[in-house]
Amino acid sequence: MSTPQELAVPEKKELVSKEEKTVPGRCFVPYTDIYETESALTMVMEMPGVERKDLDILLEGDVLRVEGRIDFSKYDGMEPVYAEYNVGPYARSFTLSGKIDQESISAQLDDGVLTLTLPKSKETQPRRIPIN
Amino acid sequence: MALLPNPFDTLLRLQQALDTFRSSSWLEPSPSSGGAYPPMNVFNKGETYIIITELPGVKKADLDVQIKHNTIRISGTKSVSYGETAGLHRRERLAGRFDRAMTLPIEIDPDQVKAEYRDGILMLFLPRAARDKPKSINVN
Repeated sequence: MSTPQELAVPEKKELVSKEEKTVPGRCFVPYTDIYETESALTMVMEMPGVERKDLDILLEGDVLRVEGRIDFSKYDGMEPVYAEYNVGPYARSFTLSGKIDQESISAQLDDGVLTLTLPKSKETQPRRIPIN
Repeated sequence: MALLPNPFDTLLRLQQALDTFRSSSWLEPSPSSGGAYPPMNVFNKGETYIIITELPGVKKADLDVQIKHNTIRISGTKSVSYGETAGLHRRERLAGRFDRAMTLPIEIDPDQVKAEYRDGILMLFLPRAARDKPKSINVN
């Protein structure tokens, strides 16, 4: 890892989707890291404030869609006096390549970060060929 | 109109309220303020002020909150790690050190402050000090 540096504040990116929504309110795009190893593809998404029960991970064909809702009932009775960021649900979709073994996708949620592990199918993993 | 309460109405109202308070001067930048991360929202509920910040991916052990008089300091480290052999396709998450201090325009009771950290959200409950509360004066 590189040396630690001061963190900057990124403005939350609003979701721009092709479909229009029928409910008012804005939706945000979770910041996502995607990395690949020999055996799996890992997606790490930041969704602060989303609880396990409010998280949906949907797989339809090759499209993986992640939706996280915010329980804003905790804001009941609170009056804002100062604001630097907005809150709202998160949504983002990815098209998966055919290399993924869709049956064994796993997910974990820690400290507002969702980690999706997408193992590659056996056929596409590199194999070592012995030399006779 | 007898409509069922629609939770999305509340979300929209919350979002609009937060937009409005973007230009609030309640928390003036002070000489003590370090960085601008993490971004924070401040709410008021009765006699308690609530600071909410988003710190996704920061472990509780890597988070430090200090209070002195009416100055709050939130510092820590956010680390993002990949495996040694991993190839990176997309990198949007930020990592590094953060240290932010802010001085509140109210007096708080430092002994009664509570902090909660869940799902990447830090909530600080800051009760207003008794001596700072407005008093009603009886008019004779």
